[in-house]
This record gives sequence, C-alpha cells and structure tokens, in this order.
Amino acid sequence: MLELLWLPFTIDFMQQALITAVFLSIAAAVLSCFLVLRGWALMGDAISHAVLPGIVLAYAAGVPVVIGAFIAGMFCTIATGFMTEHSRLKEDTVMGIVFSGMFALGVVLFSFFAIDVHLHEILFGDILGLTWRDVWQTGVVALVCVSLVWFRRKDLIIHSFDPQHAKAIGLPVKALHYGLLILLSIVIVTALKVVGIILVIALLIAPGAIGYMMTDRFDTMLVYAVGSAVVASVTGIVLSFVLDSAPAPTIVLMLMVIFISVFLFAPVHGLIRSKRRARMPAPGLEST
Amino acid sequence: MAEFDKDQNPAGIEASNVTVTYRNGHTAIRDASFSIPNATICALVGVNGSGKSTLFKAIMGFVPLASGTVEILGKPAGRALKRNTVAYVPQNEDVDWDFPVLVEDVVMMGRFGHMGFLRRPSKTDHGHVESALKRVDMLDYRHRQIGQLSGGQKKRVFLARALAQESRIILLDEPFGGVDVKTEESIISLMRSMRDEGRVMLVSTHNLGSVPQFCDHVVLINQTVLADGPADVVFTRENLEQAFGGVLRFHVLGGQDLHDDDDAREVTVITDDERPFVLYGENDPAARSEKVPDKADHS
Ligand SMILES: Nc1ncnc2c1ncn2[C@@H]1O[C@H](COP(=O)(O)OP(=O)(O)OP(=O)(O)O)[C@@H](O)[C@H]1O
Ligand SMILES: [Mg+2]
Repeated sequence: MLELLWLPFTIDFMQQALITAVFLSIAAAVLSCFLVLRGWALMGDAISHAVLPGIVLAYAAGVPVVIGAFIAGMFCTIATGFMTEHSRLKEDTVMGIVFSGMFALGVVLFSFFAIDVHLHEILFGDILGLTWRDVWQTGVVALVCVSLVWFRRKDLIIHSFDPQHAKAIGLPVKALHYGLLILLSIVIVTALKVVGIILVIALLIAPGAIGYMMTDRFDTMLVYAVGSAVVASVTGIVLSFVLDSAPAPTIVLMLMVIFISVFLFAPVHGLIRSKRRARMPAPGLEST
Repeated sequence: MAEFDKDQNPAGIEASNVTVTYRNGHTAIRDASFSIPNATICALVGVNGSGKSTLFKAIMGFVPLASGTVEILGKPAGRALKRNTVAYVPQNEDVDWDFPVLVEDVVMMGRFGHMGFLRRPSKTDHGHVESALKRVDMLDYRHRQIGQLSGGQKKRVFLARALAQESRIILLDEPFGGVDVKTEESIISLMRSMRDEGRVMLVSTHNLGSVPQFCDHVVLINQTVLADGPADVVFTRENLEQAFGGVLRFHVLGGQDLHDDDDAREVTVITDDERPFVLYGENDPAARSEKVPDKADHS
C-alpha cells in the first residue's frame, strides 16, 4: 500500500502534475481570501467561464492566451457593471446572463477555428500531460501572486473592508481593484492546463472559505487557505493515481472534504461549536 | 494630541456651486454652496434622501462633481485627501462586520497614510493607535474581532481610527444611528474636545434635539443648501419647516395642556425621527438651547 502511495512521486509526469498543482493551488488560495471577503465568488466563476472566447480568439490569432483571457474577463466585468447600472436587474442576475453567454460564444467560436487543443482540455485541464515548462511557468505565476498579495495585503484588506477609507487615505483604489482582477485572470489562465476553467472556481473559493471559518485574523486566514489548498492538491493527485480517477475533480473533492470538516468542527465558527455555545450561554461568553 | 492652528485663514471646508449627478442621471445635489470655518462642529441636517451622504461622497471625491468645487483648508479636495487631511466615519451599514480584523487592526488602518511603502507600523504608529483607543475608552477591546462589539462601541472604534489618522477634517455620517443617550453624550464630548484642538467635523444627523447642544454651525440641505451658518442663526423653526416640509412632526403643547394654572407658555416639539427639537414658549430662541430631553421623552 505504502509503495503504491509513493509511486506517483517517482514518475515523471506525476511529479510534474504534483508540483504544478501545488504552485497553482498556492496562487489560487492567496487570491481566494480576497474573493471570499469581497463577495466575489460569483465574479470568479463568471470570469473563469467568460475567458473562453478570449482564449479561443487568442489561440486563433496567435497571441498569448493570457491577453485574450484577460480582455474577455474584463469585458465580462465591465459589461456586467454597465448593465446592472442601466437596468433594474440585480448584479448576480446580469452576471449569470453575461458569463453563460460568453461561455456559449466561446464554444461556438471554438468550432470555427481549427485550434490544436481539445475543448475538453480547456474545460477540464490536462494535468497528466504537462511539461517542465508548464511547471516553472506556474511557479512564476505563484511567486508573482504570492509576493504581490503579501506585500500589498494591507492595502488590499483596507480596500475590501472599507473602500471609502481606502480612498480617503489616498490609496490607488482603481489600481487595487483592477490589479486583483488581472491576477485573477492570470491564475484562471494558468489553471487552464491543470484543472481547466470549469473547476478552477473551487480552488478560487474553497481555500478562502476554509481560512475564513478558522480564524478572525487575515494573516492566519491566508495561511489556512494556502495550507488546505496544498494538502488538497497533493492528496487529491495521489488519491486519483491510486483510485485511477480524474485528478482535477479528485483535488476538488479533497477540498470539499476539508471544507465540510471545517464547517462542522472549526474552533469558533464551526457548526458544532456555535451550537454548543448557543445551548449554554456561559459566563465565559463575555471574554471571547 | 496634535493642536491645529485655529485662526488659519482659509475655511475648513468650502463648497461652491456643487452639483452631483449619479450615473443613472439622478441629480442628488444641485448648486450647493456653503462654508465651514476652522475649529467647528457642523451639523448636516435634512430629510432621508436629501443628499447628505452624497455630499460626503462629493467632498471625499467618491462621486465626480458635475460642476462646482470643494476646497479643504484652501486646497482642492483631491490634494487634501492625498495628505491624510480628511477622515471619514462611515454609516454603519457600509461596513462588513464579519471581516477578519480586530479592533486594533481597524484603528491601525488610520495610520496607513503615514506609513512607508510596505505599511510596516512603527513605534509611533502603535503609540497613536493606543492613545486613540484610550481616548474613546476602547482599549480593553483591542483584541476583539470588529463584529463582536455593540453599535456604540463600533462607532467609537471608527472615531479612534479618525483620531489615529490625525486628520484635521472629519466627516461623520450619522454617528448617532442606533446609539443610546449615554454613548451619544460621550461621542459628543469627544467631538467637543476634538473641536477644541482645531479640527473641523461635519456630522449628518437626524437627532435634531442635540444639534443646538453641540453644533456651532448648521448646514440645512434638501437637494441644495437651504441655509448655512452659525447654529443660533440658522437652526430656527422656519428654516427647519422649509428643510423638512411635511415630514417633520410638530407638537405644540399649549399652556393648558401642560399645567393647570394660568401660565400661558407653550412648548413646541419638532421631531424628524430621533431626538426631538424642543422650543420652549415665549418665542425666546435663547432659552431653547440648553434644554434637551432624552430619547425617552420621544413623542
Ligand atoms: N449610487 C446612487 N445612484 C443613484 N442615485 C443615488 C445613489 N445614491 C443615492 N442616490 C440618490 O440620491 C439621493 C440622495 O441620497 P443620499 O444617500 O445622499 O441621501 P441622505 O440624505 O444621505 O439620506 P439618509 O438620511 O437616508 O441617509 C436619493 O434620492 C438617492 O436615491
Ligand atoms: Mg445617508
């Protein structure tokens, strides 16, 4: 049994899958904290679907896919903002229409261009067919994400918590807002080959949600988010090897297992703790 | 605590012909002009939807001005903001109270404009945070998550943030919303001491009764500025009737309702929604200002 568990660490393509998944999950986990805190979960999902036409057109035109994906992602957010402001519809309604529309457009466009990738690979990734080039590219993305977020996290926190104060003290709020959107698009594009654009949303939300349930401090939340994402990707890939299942969904499943455990057993905000506290309004309540 | 030069020439806040049109085409403020001197507490009074929050946003540059200018201490508002001159205490519902930050983290946010690129707090920054928390009497709560506070405590934390920011101009959007009389009194006395240091505070409020008690200056607003100036000149029944139209509730209690003797004096209670403003008989405007009933007397 142990040998079977160790085997994936010795095979080339499994090593590549493992390292890339770890890099990607770190980058996504760092961003997920802000997506969760800002209520951008649906936005993340919308962008990850809406990048498809951008990716297809970029492939066809021979420009880097990041650029196409970014333009499409921006278009999605701007169109959503515009239509929300000029109609009586709520933002999530408009977003649902815009991103599904763009996704559909992407699929239709796909059949017009002869592109040498499979649609299936874009949607669900191709984690067992990576190269060392993919590995280090993902590593660079993770490094950029982590260092940008870490060094600007205080500005980003203020901007998420109290945007008016952020403006009042002269922070570049537009740059922070679009900076985060750009990072988001970059991570989504990086996730293309690894987990695909359908499942990337799990990596972009679950780790932040897990961290948020565990603590009341942002830095700690960040650590929990990254930790849970890394654990889920490693165990997910090893498990998929053992079970002979598809790696990306297995990673997502592992994240869900962690999330549900945290949802139930987290020290302060977990369901069981909250229930127990509610049952006995102890004198200790004041000191929490 | 920092003292500011109170006699400095330019006004604290000077708005000239400010018009704000939201992107949906709704003009919330039209041609508003007013001037608030230094070392002043100024009340911003008007009905719901009269444009009070919009005016704050205009001063802070959150919404673009369709026309007009706002000057802060004689400089364009944008430049003043960059220099940390203006602090903003948000309306309660504008803040996500579940956010994973502690009380002291929030107050530290006031110091960010003073920090270097990496926002590493120095000893001075920590000192400011601590003394600000002490001043609003919230030092014991510094390690609480921000949501685990009462409404009044939350307000005090944001006041502490404004103190830590060392701003000369402080904008407070309904600081008394959902706050009991005792906390209101302590917020008012804090604002008084801040005024005495030379700061300018612009406060939107529905507690008409407290306005003459603690404000030196009043701006009455309804889409535009109806009147502005010293409180004893502007805060009159006539002006309030104009500002509030039919919304205001008047209760005139004549002599015979109040007492059984021949005393003909009467009491006028004017209320928007919270603390009523009470005019005591004999048409003597000077007599009113000191007598402010508690919310318990709410009619
Ligand atoms: N983002 C917005 N877009 C369009 N119109 C707006 C927006 N915000 C406010 N308004 C409108 O502008 C007007 C002024 O609103 P504002 O929030 O400034 O009122 P207020 O005086 O602060 O009211 P309250 O006492 O209820 O806080 C209202 O008619 C409101 O509907
Ligand atoms: Mg308002």
